[in-house]
Amino acid sequence: MRLRDHGAVLFELRDVCLARGERRVLDSVGADIPVGATAIVGPSGAGKSTLLRLLNRLVDPDRGSISYRGRPLDSYDPLSLRREVSLVPQLPALLEGTIGTNIDYAAKLAEKRPDAERCLRLAGLDPDFAGRDVAKLSVGEQQRAMLARALVQEPQVLLLDEPTSALDREARDAIEATLARLQDELEISIVLVSHDPEQALRLAEWEVRLDGGRVVGTGPLERVPL
Amino acid sequence: MSTSIHVSAGQVAATLVLVALAAAVSFWRRADLERDIGIATVRSFVQLTAIGYAIKLIFEADTLALVFVLLTVMVVFGALTARSRAKKVPNAFWPLLIALATAGATTLGLVVALGVFEPTARYLVPVGGMVIGNAMTASAVALNRLGDEFADSRARIEATLALGATAQQAAAPSVRRALRSGMITLIDSTKTTGLIFFPGTMVGMLLAGANPTDAVRLQLILLYALLGSVAIAALVATTMAHRNFFTPAQQLREQ
Repeated sequence: MRLRDHGAVLFELRDVCLARGERRVLDSVGADIPVGATAIVGPSGAGKSTLLRLLNRLVDPDRGSISYRGRPLDSYDPLSLRREVSLVPQLPALLEGTIGTNIDYAAKLAEKRPDAERCLRLAGLDPDFAGRDVAKLSVGEQQRAMLARALVQEPQVLLLDEPTSALDREARDAIEATLARLQDELEISIVLVSHDPEQALRLAEWEVRLDGGRVVGTGPLERVPL
Repeated sequence: MSTSIHVSAGQVAATLVLVALAAAVSFWRRADLERDIGIATVRSFVQLTAIGYAIKLIFEADTLALVFVLLTVMVVFGALTARSRAKKVPNAFWPLLIALATAGATTLGLVVALGVFEPTARYLVPVGGMVIGNAMTASAVALNRLGDEFADSRARIEATLALGATAQQAAAPSVRRALRSGMITLIDSTKTTGLIFFPGTMVGMLLAGANPTDAVRLQLILLYALLGSVAIAALVATTMAHRNFFTPAQQLREQ
Protein backbone atom coordinates (compact mmCIF):
# COMPACT_ATOMS: atom_id res chain seq x y z
CA MET A 1 0.00 0.00 0.00
CA ARG A 2 1.38 3.39 -0.94
CA LEU A 3 1.43 6.09 1.71
CA ARG A 4 -0.30 8.64 -0.49
CA ASP A 5 -3.36 6.42 -0.42
CA HIS A 6 -3.12 6.28 3.35
CA GLY A 7 -2.96 9.90 4.50
CA ALA A 8 -1.18 13.26 4.25
CA VAL A 9 2.62 13.10 4.37
CA LEU A 10 4.28 14.66 7.42
CA PHE A 11 7.93 13.77 6.79
CA GLU A 12 9.63 12.56 3.61
CA LEU A 13 13.11 11.07 3.88
CA ARG A 14 15.11 10.42 0.71
CA ASP A 15 18.50 8.68 0.56
CA VAL A 16 19.38 9.81 4.09
CA CYS A 17 22.86 8.76 5.21
CA LEU A 18 24.60 9.41 8.51
CA ALA A 19 27.92 8.02 9.75
CA ARG A 20 29.70 8.21 13.08
CA GLY A 21 33.37 7.57 12.42
CA GLU A 22 33.58 4.37 10.40
CA ARG A 23 30.08 3.23 11.40
CA ARG A 24 27.12 3.88 9.09
CA VAL A 25 24.28 4.65 11.48
CA LEU A 26 21.78 5.33 8.67
CA ASP A 27 22.38 4.04 5.16
CA SER A 28 20.31 5.40 2.23
CA VAL A 29 17.16 5.64 4.32
CA GLY A 30 14.06 6.46 2.28
CA ALA A 31 10.67 6.57 4.01
CA ASP A 32 7.45 8.55 4.29
CA ILE A 33 5.88 9.30 7.65
CA PRO A 34 2.20 10.26 7.50
CA VAL A 35 0.02 12.42 9.71
CA GLY A 36 -1.26 10.25 12.58
CA ALA A 37 0.73 7.74 14.60
CA THR A 38 3.86 6.10 13.19
CA ALA A 39 6.12 3.58 14.89
CA ILE A 40 9.80 3.24 14.02
CA VAL A 41 10.67 -0.30 15.02
CA GLY A 42 13.76 -2.45 14.90
CA PRO A 43 16.40 -4.08 17.07
CA SER A 44 18.95 -2.23 19.22
CA GLY A 45 21.50 -0.32 17.15
CA ALA A 46 19.22 -0.20 14.10
CA GLY A 47 19.40 3.63 13.99
CA LYS A 48 15.88 4.29 15.33
CA SER A 49 16.77 7.02 17.86
CA THR A 50 19.09 8.74 15.36
CA LEU A 51 16.28 8.79 12.79
CA LEU A 52 13.98 10.39 15.39
CA ARG A 53 16.58 13.05 16.25
CA LEU A 54 16.86 13.91 12.55
CA LEU A 55 13.18 14.86 12.48
CA ASN A 56 13.58 17.93 14.71
CA ARG A 57 17.12 18.73 13.65
CA LEU A 58 18.92 17.68 16.80
CA VAL A 59 21.24 16.19 14.20
CA ASP A 60 21.50 16.74 10.44
CA PRO A 61 22.19 14.00 7.86
CA ASP A 62 25.53 13.77 6.08
CA ARG A 63 23.67 13.24 2.80
CA GLY A 64 20.12 13.03 1.50
CA SER A 65 17.03 15.15 2.08
CA ILE A 66 14.28 15.37 4.67
CA SER A 67 11.14 17.45 4.27
CA TYR A 68 8.44 18.37 6.76
CA ARG A 69 4.98 19.28 5.44
CA GLY A 70 6.47 19.57 1.95
CA ARG A 71 9.27 21.98 2.87
CA PRO A 72 12.94 21.05 3.28
CA LEU A 73 13.63 20.53 6.98
CA ASP A 74 16.79 22.63 6.88
CA SER A 75 14.74 25.64 5.70
CA TYR A 76 13.04 25.73 9.13
CA ASP A 77 14.58 27.64 12.02
CA PRO A 78 15.76 24.80 14.29
CA LEU A 79 14.47 26.44 17.47
CA SER A 80 10.90 27.02 16.26
CA LEU A 81 10.88 23.62 14.54
CA ARG A 82 11.75 21.93 17.86
CA ARG A 83 8.81 23.63 19.58
CA GLU A 84 6.45 22.45 16.85
CA VAL A 85 7.99 18.98 16.51
CA SER A 86 8.72 18.14 20.12
CA LEU A 87 11.03 15.29 21.09
CA VAL A 88 10.55 13.47 24.37
CA PRO A 89 13.94 11.77 24.87
CA GLN A 90 15.00 8.83 26.94
CA LEU A 91 15.87 9.47 30.58
CA PRO A 92 17.44 11.33 32.32
CA ALA A 93 16.35 14.57 30.73
CA LEU A 94 14.55 16.77 33.26
CA LEU A 95 16.14 19.94 34.59
CA GLU A 96 16.92 20.22 38.31
CA GLY A 97 14.01 21.55 40.36
CA THR A 98 10.33 20.68 40.40
CA ILE A 99 8.06 19.44 37.63
CA GLY A 100 6.44 22.89 37.76
CA THR A 101 9.72 24.69 37.07
CA ASN A 102 10.35 22.32 34.14
CA ILE A 103 6.90 23.07 32.69
CA ASP A 104 7.33 26.83 33.21
CA TYR A 105 10.73 26.69 31.49
CA ALA A 106 9.33 24.92 28.43
CA ALA A 107 6.30 27.26 28.28
CA LYS A 108 8.53 30.33 28.41
CA LEU A 109 10.70 29.03 25.56
CA ALA A 110 7.61 28.51 23.39
CA GLU A 111 5.96 31.73 24.61
CA LYS A 112 2.89 29.77 25.75
CA ARG A 113 0.79 30.04 28.89
CA PRO A 114 2.30 27.78 31.57
CA ASP A 115 -0.89 25.81 32.23
CA ALA A 116 0.75 23.14 34.38
CA GLU A 117 -2.52 21.69 35.67
CA ARG A 118 -3.88 20.94 32.19
CA CYS A 119 -0.59 19.47 30.96
CA LEU A 120 -0.16 17.30 34.04
CA ARG A 121 -3.69 15.94 33.63
CA LEU A 122 -3.08 15.26 29.92
CA ALA A 123 0.11 13.39 30.85
CA GLY A 124 -1.79 11.37 33.45
CA LEU A 125 -0.39 13.08 36.56
CA ASP A 126 -2.29 14.71 39.41
CA PRO A 127 -1.86 18.55 39.41
CA ASP A 128 -0.25 18.25 42.88
CA PHE A 129 2.81 16.89 41.11
CA ALA A 130 3.76 20.42 39.98
CA GLY A 131 5.58 20.95 43.28
CA ARG A 132 7.41 17.63 43.29
CA ASP A 133 11.21 17.58 43.07
CA VAL A 134 12.21 15.73 39.88
CA ALA A 135 14.99 13.94 41.80
CA LYS A 136 12.33 12.11 43.84
CA LEU A 137 10.18 10.80 40.99
CA SER A 138 9.82 7.20 39.86
CA VAL A 139 10.84 6.37 36.28
CA GLY A 140 7.21 6.30 35.16
CA GLU A 141 6.53 9.67 36.80
CA GLN A 142 9.61 11.16 35.14
CA GLN A 143 8.36 9.90 31.79
CA ARG A 144 4.98 11.56 32.36
CA ALA A 145 6.66 14.75 33.61
CA MET A 146 8.65 14.92 30.35
CA LEU A 147 5.44 14.41 28.41
CA ALA A 148 3.72 17.22 30.35
CA ARG A 149 6.72 19.48 29.73
CA ALA A 150 6.55 18.81 25.99
CA LEU A 151 2.75 19.30 25.87
CA VAL A 152 2.87 22.79 27.38
CA GLN A 153 4.57 23.92 24.17
CA GLU A 154 1.45 22.80 22.25
CA PRO A 155 3.43 20.86 19.62
CA GLN A 156 1.84 19.51 16.43
CA VAL A 157 4.08 16.43 16.39
CA LEU A 158 5.41 14.44 19.35
CA LEU A 159 8.56 12.40 18.81
CA LEU A 160 8.79 9.74 21.52
CA ASP A 161 12.04 7.83 22.06
CA GLU A 162 11.28 4.47 23.70
CA PRO A 163 8.78 6.04 26.13
CA THR A 164 8.17 2.82 28.06
CA SER A 165 11.51 1.01 27.82
CA ALA A 166 12.39 1.45 31.50
CA LEU A 167 8.90 0.68 32.86
CA ASP A 168 7.20 -2.40 34.27
CA ARG A 169 4.13 -3.74 32.49
CA GLU A 170 1.58 -1.87 34.58
CA ALA A 171 3.31 1.50 34.13
CA ARG A 172 3.81 0.75 30.44
CA ASP A 173 0.10 0.10 29.93
CA ALA A 174 -0.76 3.32 31.72
CA ILE A 175 1.60 5.40 29.53
CA GLU A 176 0.25 3.72 26.40
CA ALA A 177 -3.30 4.59 27.45
CA THR A 178 -2.22 8.20 28.00
CA LEU A 179 -0.63 8.36 24.54
CA ALA A 180 -3.74 6.89 22.89
CA ARG A 181 -5.92 9.44 24.70
CA LEU A 182 -3.64 12.31 23.63
CA GLN A 183 -4.04 11.34 19.99
CA ASP A 184 -7.83 11.47 20.38
CA GLU A 185 -8.01 14.66 22.45
CA LEU A 186 -5.35 16.80 20.79
CA GLU A 187 -5.27 15.44 17.24
CA ILE A 188 -1.52 15.42 17.56
CA SER A 189 0.75 13.32 15.32
CA ILE A 190 3.08 10.89 17.02
CA VAL A 191 6.29 9.29 15.85
CA LEU A 192 7.26 6.60 18.30
CA VAL A 193 10.52 4.66 18.51
CA SER A 194 10.08 1.19 19.92
CA HIS A 195 11.94 -2.08 19.95
CA ASP A 196 8.61 -3.82 20.64
CA PRO A 197 6.52 -4.68 17.52
CA GLU A 198 3.50 -5.39 19.77
CA GLN A 199 3.62 -1.85 21.11
CA ALA A 200 3.69 -0.53 17.53
CA LEU A 201 0.45 -2.41 16.89
CA ARG A 202 -1.16 -0.93 19.98
CA LEU A 203 -0.19 2.69 19.32
CA ALA A 204 0.44 3.25 15.60
CA GLU A 205 -1.25 2.97 12.23
CA TRP A 206 1.93 3.12 10.19
CA GLU A 207 5.37 1.60 10.68
CA VAL A 208 8.89 2.05 9.42
CA ARG A 209 11.07 -0.98 10.11
CA LEU A 210 14.82 -0.45 10.43
CA ASP A 211 17.67 -2.92 10.67
CA GLY A 212 21.38 -2.13 10.50
CA GLY A 213 20.66 1.47 9.52
CA ARG A 214 18.52 0.51 6.50
CA VAL A 215 14.77 0.54 5.98
CA VAL A 216 13.63 -3.07 5.70
CA GLY A 217 9.91 -2.41 5.50
CA THR A 218 7.30 0.31 5.67
CA GLY A 219 3.52 0.24 5.57
CA PRO A 220 0.21 0.37 7.44
CA LEU A 221 -0.51 -1.49 10.65
CA GLU A 222 -3.78 -3.06 11.73
CA ARG A 223 -4.04 -1.24 15.02
CA VAL A 224 -5.03 -3.37 18.00
CA PRO A 225 -7.32 -1.44 20.37
CA LEU A 226 -5.88 -1.01 23.88
CA MET B 1 60.25 51.29 53.76
CA SER B 2 63.37 49.23 53.10
CA THR B 3 63.32 48.07 49.48
CA SER B 4 66.21 45.67 49.00
CA ILE B 5 67.97 42.85 50.75
CA HIS B 6 70.89 40.77 49.63
CA VAL B 7 70.50 36.99 49.42
CA SER B 8 73.71 35.06 48.78
CA ALA B 9 74.04 31.94 46.61
CA GLY B 10 75.22 30.16 49.76
CA GLN B 11 71.91 30.88 51.48
CA VAL B 12 70.02 29.43 48.51
CA ALA B 13 72.33 26.39 48.46
CA ALA B 14 71.71 25.82 52.18
CA THR B 15 67.98 25.34 51.56
CA LEU B 16 68.82 22.39 49.29
CA VAL B 17 68.99 20.47 52.58
CA LEU B 18 65.18 20.62 52.61
CA VAL B 19 65.05 19.40 49.01
CA ALA B 20 67.25 16.48 50.07
CA LEU B 21 64.86 15.85 52.95
CA ALA B 22 61.91 15.73 50.50
CA ALA B 23 63.81 13.26 48.28
CA ALA B 24 64.71 11.17 51.33
CA VAL B 25 61.06 10.99 52.43
CA SER B 26 60.06 9.90 48.93
CA PHE B 27 62.81 7.26 48.82
CA TRP B 28 62.08 5.97 52.33
CA ARG B 29 58.30 5.66 51.80
CA ARG B 30 58.73 4.49 48.17
CA ALA B 31 56.65 7.36 46.79
CA ASP B 32 58.76 7.22 43.63
CA LEU B 33 58.99 11.01 43.41
CA GLU B 34 62.79 11.46 43.68
CA ARG B 35 63.16 12.04 39.95
CA ASP B 36 60.31 14.57 39.91
CA ILE B 37 61.75 16.38 42.91
CA GLY B 38 65.10 16.59 41.08
CA ILE B 39 63.51 17.89 37.89
CA ALA B 40 61.38 20.40 39.83
CA THR B 41 64.44 21.72 41.68
CA VAL B 42 66.56 22.11 38.54
CA ARG B 43 63.72 23.62 36.50
CA SER B 44 62.78 26.12 39.20
CA PHE B 45 66.45 27.17 39.47
CA VAL B 46 66.93 27.58 35.71
CA GLN B 47 63.54 29.20 35.00
CA LEU B 48 63.66 31.65 37.91
CA THR B 49 67.29 32.59 37.25
CA ALA B 50 66.50 33.24 33.59
CA ILE B 51 63.38 35.26 34.36
CA GLY B 52 65.31 37.11 37.09
CA TYR B 53 67.86 38.32 34.52
CA ALA B 54 65.07 39.06 32.01
CA ILE B 55 63.20 41.15 34.60
CA LYS B 56 66.42 42.93 35.56
CA LEU B 57 66.93 43.90 31.91
CA ILE B 58 63.31 45.00 31.55
CA PHE B 59 63.48 47.07 34.76
CA GLU B 60 66.66 48.74 33.57
CA ALA B 61 65.28 49.43 30.09
CA ASP B 62 61.94 50.50 31.67
CA THR B 63 60.07 50.59 28.36
CA LEU B 64 56.44 49.54 28.20
CA ALA B 65 57.08 47.73 24.89
CA LEU B 66 59.29 45.15 26.65
CA VAL B 67 56.71 44.76 29.44
CA PHE B 68 54.06 44.13 26.80
CA VAL B 69 56.23 41.48 25.10
CA LEU B 70 56.90 39.68 28.40
CA LEU B 71 53.20 39.71 29.42
CA THR B 72 52.19 38.49 25.94
CA VAL B 73 54.61 35.56 26.25
CA MET B 74 53.11 34.78 29.68
CA VAL B 75 49.56 34.85 28.24
CA VAL B 76 50.48 32.50 25.36
CA PHE B 77 52.30 30.00 27.58
CA GLY B 78 49.52 30.27 30.17
CA ALA B 79 46.90 29.42 27.53
CA LEU B 80 48.98 26.49 26.25
CA THR B 81 49.42 25.15 29.80
CA ALA B 82 45.74 25.57 30.66
CA ARG B 83 44.72 23.81 27.43
CA SER B 84 46.34 20.61 28.66
CA ARG B 85 43.90 20.68 31.60
CA ALA B 86 40.89 21.21 29.33
CA LYS B 87 41.28 18.28 26.96
CA LYS B 88 37.55 17.54 26.80
CA VAL B 89 36.78 21.04 25.50
CA PRO B 90 37.03 21.35 21.68
CA ASN B 91 39.49 24.04 20.50
CA ALA B 92 40.08 25.32 24.03
CA PHE B 93 43.20 27.31 23.14
CA TRP B 94 41.54 30.44 21.70
CA PRO B 95 39.01 30.90 24.51
CA LEU B 96 41.86 30.50 27.02
CA LEU B 97 44.15 32.92 25.18
CA ILE B 98 41.43 35.57 25.00
CA ALA B 99 40.43 34.93 28.64
CA LEU B 100 43.98 35.43 29.92
CA ALA B 101 44.61 38.46 27.71
CA THR B 102 41.33 40.08 28.77
CA ALA B 103 41.91 39.34 32.46
CA GLY B 104 45.46 40.71 32.31
CA ALA B 105 44.61 43.83 30.30
CA THR B 106 41.49 44.70 32.30
CA THR B 107 43.03 44.15 35.73
CA LEU B 108 46.30 45.97 34.98
CA GLY B 109 44.42 48.71 33.14
CA LEU B 110 42.14 49.27 36.12
CA VAL B 111 44.86 49.33 38.79
CA VAL B 112 46.81 51.83 36.71
CA ALA B 113 43.72 53.91 35.89
CA LEU B 114 42.72 54.01 39.57
CA GLY B 115 46.20 55.26 40.46
CA VAL B 116 47.07 52.18 42.54
CA PHE B 117 50.29 51.52 40.61
CA GLU B 118 52.39 53.58 38.28
CA PRO B 119 52.52 52.29 34.69
CA THR B 120 56.17 51.25 34.94
CA ALA B 121 57.93 47.93 34.45
CA ARG B 122 58.70 47.72 38.17
CA TYR B 123 54.97 47.34 38.95
CA LEU B 124 53.46 45.93 35.78
CA VAL B 125 55.79 42.92 35.46
CA PRO B 126 55.32 41.32 38.90
CA VAL B 127 51.65 42.23 39.20
CA GLY B 128 51.00 41.09 35.61
CA GLY B 129 52.71 37.78 36.34
CA MET B 130 50.51 37.16 39.38
CA VAL B 131 47.34 38.21 37.57
CA ILE B 132 48.01 36.04 34.51
CA GLY B 133 49.15 33.08 36.62
CA ASN B 134 46.00 33.11 38.73
CA ALA B 135 43.82 33.70 35.67
CA MET B 136 45.45 30.66 34.06
CA THR B 137 44.69 28.41 37.03
CA ALA B 138 41.08 29.65 37.29
CA SER B 139 40.30 29.26 33.59
CA ALA B 140 41.98 25.83 33.46
CA VAL B 141 39.88 24.61 36.41
CA ALA B 142 36.73 26.15 34.91
CA LEU B 143 37.21 24.52 31.49
CA ASN B 144 38.19 21.21 33.05
CA ARG B 145 34.86 21.26 34.89
CA LEU B 146 33.03 22.41 31.76
CA GLY B 147 34.38 19.40 29.85
CA ASP B 148 33.23 17.04 32.61
CA GLU B 149 29.82 18.74 32.70
CA PHE B 150 29.27 18.25 28.97
CA ALA B 151 30.38 14.62 29.20
CA ASP B 152 28.10 13.85 32.16
CA SER B 153 25.06 15.98 31.27
CA ARG B 154 24.94 15.36 27.53
CA ALA B 155 21.46 13.80 27.63
CA ARG B 156 20.04 16.63 29.72
CA ILE B 157 21.59 19.34 27.53
CA GLU B 158 20.22 17.73 24.36
CA ALA B 159 16.80 17.32 25.99
CA THR B 160 16.81 21.07 26.68
CA LEU B 161 17.77 21.79 23.06
CA ALA B 162 14.85 19.55 22.06
CA LEU B 163 12.50 22.02 23.78
CA GLY B 164 13.73 24.76 21.47
CA ALA B 165 16.27 26.26 23.87
CA THR B 166 19.30 27.96 22.36
CA ALA B 167 22.74 26.46 22.91
CA GLN B 168 23.44 29.17 25.46
CA GLN B 169 20.24 28.41 27.40
CA ALA B 170 20.83 24.65 27.30
CA ALA B 171 24.41 25.04 28.53
CA ALA B 172 23.62 27.63 31.22
CA PRO B 173 23.56 25.27 34.26
CA SER B 174 26.85 23.65 33.18
CA VAL B 175 28.50 27.01 32.48
CA ARG B 176 27.35 28.28 35.89
CA ARG B 177 28.91 25.30 37.69
CA ALA B 178 32.14 25.60 35.69
CA LEU B 179 32.42 29.32 36.50
CA ARG B 180 31.94 28.58 40.22
CA SER B 181 34.64 25.92 40.12
CA GLY B 182 37.09 28.33 38.49
CA MET B 183 36.53 31.08 41.07
CA ILE B 184 35.93 29.21 44.30
CA THR B 185 39.56 28.30 45.12
CA LEU B 186 40.78 31.88 45.19
CA ILE B 187 37.68 33.06 47.06
CA ASP B 188 38.27 30.41 49.73
CA SER B 189 41.96 31.20 50.05
CA THR B 190 41.13 34.93 50.26
CA LYS B 191 38.71 34.14 53.11
CA THR B 192 41.41 32.34 55.09
CA THR B 193 44.32 34.61 54.26
CA GLY B 194 46.17 35.75 57.38
CA LEU B 195 44.57 32.94 59.40
CA ILE B 196 45.82 29.79 57.73
CA PHE B 197 48.49 31.10 55.40
CA PHE B 198 50.46 34.28 54.71
CA PRO B 199 50.48 35.23 51.05
CA GLY B 200 53.84 35.36 49.27
CA THR B 201 53.99 39.09 48.59
CA MET B 202 53.44 39.97 52.24
CA VAL B 203 55.99 37.42 53.42
CA GLY B 204 58.51 38.73 50.88
CA MET B 205 58.03 42.33 51.96
CA LEU B 206 58.29 41.48 55.67
CA LEU B 207 61.48 39.54 55.03
CA ALA B 208 62.80 42.48 53.06
CA GLY B 209 62.25 44.67 56.11
CA ALA B 210 59.14 46.56 55.00
CA ASN B 211 56.69 48.13 57.40
CA PRO B 212 53.99 45.50 58.18
CA THR B 213 51.22 48.02 57.40
CA ASP B 214 52.65 48.62 53.93
CA ALA B 215 53.08 44.87 53.42
CA VAL B 216 49.44 44.22 54.37
CA ARG B 217 48.08 47.03 52.20
CA LEU B 218 50.02 45.89 49.15
CA GLN B 219 48.89 42.33 49.74
CA LEU B 220 45.25 43.42 49.97
CA ILE B 221 45.56 45.34 46.71
CA LEU B 222 46.93 42.22 45.03
CA LEU B 223 44.29 39.90 46.51
CA TYR B 224 41.46 42.14 45.35
CA ALA B 225 43.04 42.55 41.91
CA LEU B 226 43.38 38.78 41.65
CA LEU B 227 39.71 38.26 42.53
CA GLY B 228 38.78 40.49 39.63
CA SER B 229 41.16 38.85 37.19
CA VAL B 230 40.06 35.34 38.15
CA ALA B 231 36.40 36.25 37.65
CA ILE B 232 37.09 37.82 34.24
CA ALA B 233 39.22 34.86 33.09
CA ALA B 234 36.71 32.21 34.17
CA LEU B 235 33.80 34.18 32.68
CA VAL B 236 35.45 34.76 29.29
CA ALA B 237 36.81 31.19 29.06
CA THR B 238 33.50 29.48 29.88
CA THR B 239 31.38 31.90 27.82
CA MET B 240 33.52 31.37 24.72
CA ALA B 241 34.38 27.70 25.17
CA HIS B 242 30.85 26.37 25.70
CA ARG B 243 29.97 27.46 22.15
CA ASN B 244 32.53 25.02 20.79
CA PHE B 245 30.32 22.13 21.93
CA PHE B 246 27.53 23.19 19.54
CA THR B 247 27.01 23.55 15.79
CA PRO B 248 25.56 26.76 14.27
CA ALA B 249 22.19 24.90 14.02
CA GLN B 250 22.10 24.64 17.85
CA GLN B 251 23.02 20.95 17.87
CA LEU B 252 25.43 19.21 20.22
CA ARG B 253 28.58 18.21 18.34
CA GLU B 254 29.43 14.54 18.38
CA GLN B 255 32.40 13.84 20.68
